[in-house]
Amino acid sequence: MTDLSIKQSALAVFFGQLGRHAMRGIEQLGDGTMLGLNALTLIFRRPWQGKHFVLQMQALGVGSLVIIVITGAFTGMVLALQGYYTLAKFGSESLLGAGVGMSIIRELGPVLGAFMIIGRAGSSITAEIGIMRVTEQTDALEMMAVNPKQRILLPRIVAVTLAVPLLVSLFDVVGIGSGYIVGVELLGVNPGAYMGELIAKITMHDIYGGWVKTVVFGFMIGMICTYMGYRSEPTTEGVARATTQAVVVASVGVLIVDYILTSFFL
Amino acid sequence: MIRGEQLSKSYDNVTALAPTDIHVREGKITAIMGGSGSGKTTLLRLLAGLDKPGSGHVWYGDEDLCAITDRRLYELRQSMGMLFQYSALLNSLNVYDNVAFPLHEHTDLDETVIHTMVSMKLEQVGLRGFEEMMPSELSGGMAKRVAFARAMSMDPKIVFFDEPTSGLDPISSGVISTLIQNTAQKNHMTSIVVTHDVQAGLAIADHVILLWQGRIIAKGPPDAIRESDDARVQQFLEGRPDGPIPFSRSTTSYIDDLTHRPGTVRLES
Ligand SMILES: Nc1ncnc2c1ncn2[C@@H]1O[C@H](COP(=O)(O)OP(=O)(O)OP(=O)(O)O)[C@@H](O)[C@H]1O
Ligand SMILES: [Mg+2]
Repeated sequence: MTDLSIKQSALAVFFGQLGRHAMRGIEQLGDGTMLGLNALTLIFRRPWQGKHFVLQMQALGVGSLVIIVITGAFTGMVLALQGYYTLAKFGSESLLGAGVGMSIIRELGPVLGAFMIIGRAGSSITAEIGIMRVTEQTDALEMMAVNPKQRILLPRIVAVTLAVPLLVSLFDVVGIGSGYIVGVELLGVNPGAYMGELIAKITMHDIYGGWVKTVVFGFMIGMICTYMGYRSEPTTEGVARATTQAVVVASVGVLIVDYILTSFFL
Repeated sequence: MIRGEQLSKSYDNVTALAPTDIHVREGKITAIMGGSGSGKTTLLRLLAGLDKPGSGHVWYGDEDLCAITDRRLYELRQSMGMLFQYSALLNSLNVYDNVAFPLHEHTDLDETVIHTMVSMKLEQVGLRGFEEMMPSELSGGMAKRVAFARAMSMDPKIVFFDEPTSGLDPISSGVISTLIQNTAQKNHMTSIVVTHDVQAGLAIADHVILLWQGRIIAKGPPDAIRESDDARVQQFLEGRPDGPIPFSRSTTSYIDDLTHRPGTVRLES
């Protein structure tokens, strides 16, 4: 073989692989959307899954409280610290509150909050559902006339969709509060200026924008993590791979969608 | 009442089940027997509607299982039970809640009534007093018996048993076989029992289907199977290592494998 033809065949292999991956991705996107929507239509069908929704809110939402508070606190603190030194250069320390609040409400709260929830709740959703598949528990549910899409997937998708906005709101409050502590108590920014600028500069538009993001992220996390678990290969490695994949896909997805939403809404 | 018509199933390049016709009679016990990997579980899952067949249809009366709505399927399943080969107990629930699960889901019975029913089912399998244990704390045989109790908890009309007695001691295994037989007679329950256990299978079944490599090689009442002059059937019944059914399913020669793999046995020529 000549050098050129080797190069050509290597290129062919490369693009072939790329194409196959892309096709698989699109296939999964379609399959996942169908599965999730299918589960969601069952929301209107009896038996109601209220109890299971509450249980999931408790497991996923309450279970993520601690990590959300911790990450929220440190995010606010580091923002205040960084922001203070930057703003001090221009002599505008009084804007610290607005800066911290704006960054957290518009960007960092939704994105970091979503990351934490993916790591804490999303991965456990995928692993749990994957294990239920491996051990045929979903088949057992089927045979006991309980639809696993309605019983297992639906409450988790809905619970995550609602838990993310709630948890991120908490993240925002804790972040802004701890930013206040660092800025006002440690660095000596005027407390009136911190809160005053915060209230003056942040509009309802910012807050709604943040909420829209969190709801979209929550829904995405729910759809991706349940899908990956439900369609994981029924082996130990299959579940492990699915869990990793769910975390990666959901995180990257959050970043991409965040950019798209930001460019539309803000 | 349950009919499989030209049912088949393949996985990638393995034919798990070649097109097969099967007729399960109402109120009778049908045993599906055959060696490991002969397609018993595959056939059972197709009949139960858990997998979609590669070809063919499953008829429940005049309803095609592949064509009915989900709602109707779940309606039918309320009068079915299934014992899975590896138990498939719900991990997050204890023994009591596992057995009570179908009752909680599909009936409005008072908890005291459910409690009585569950105790009765657990007593039958010798596990009353183990209500609080979690599936992870049970031995394989115990889990199987709990799964048996769960499969029977709604007094189903049709029950699928995948290896109900494998992994059980001889006494438990005898108890379970007898239970299947008695319940079938008393409640006019249709049972499909997949089993390796030739003697138990022949003893309780009204109708036997013998599978080999995804094909039916014999079917009929137990006596007809016992007296079959098919050499494969006789080999299976007697459990002889030599005969028309090879024990090993490897396609390559053993000695070639040993000598031609790098880093393994070398024979001096
Ligand atoms: N999910 C699957 N993917 C690939 N191949 C499968 C799958 N399930 C079954 N098979 C193949 O189908 C064939 C029949 O399997 P099946 O589980 O029906 O056997 P079986 O008769 O129940 O065996 P055993 O008595 O050991 O349980 C086997 O060759 C097996 O390798
Ligand atoms: Mg089997």
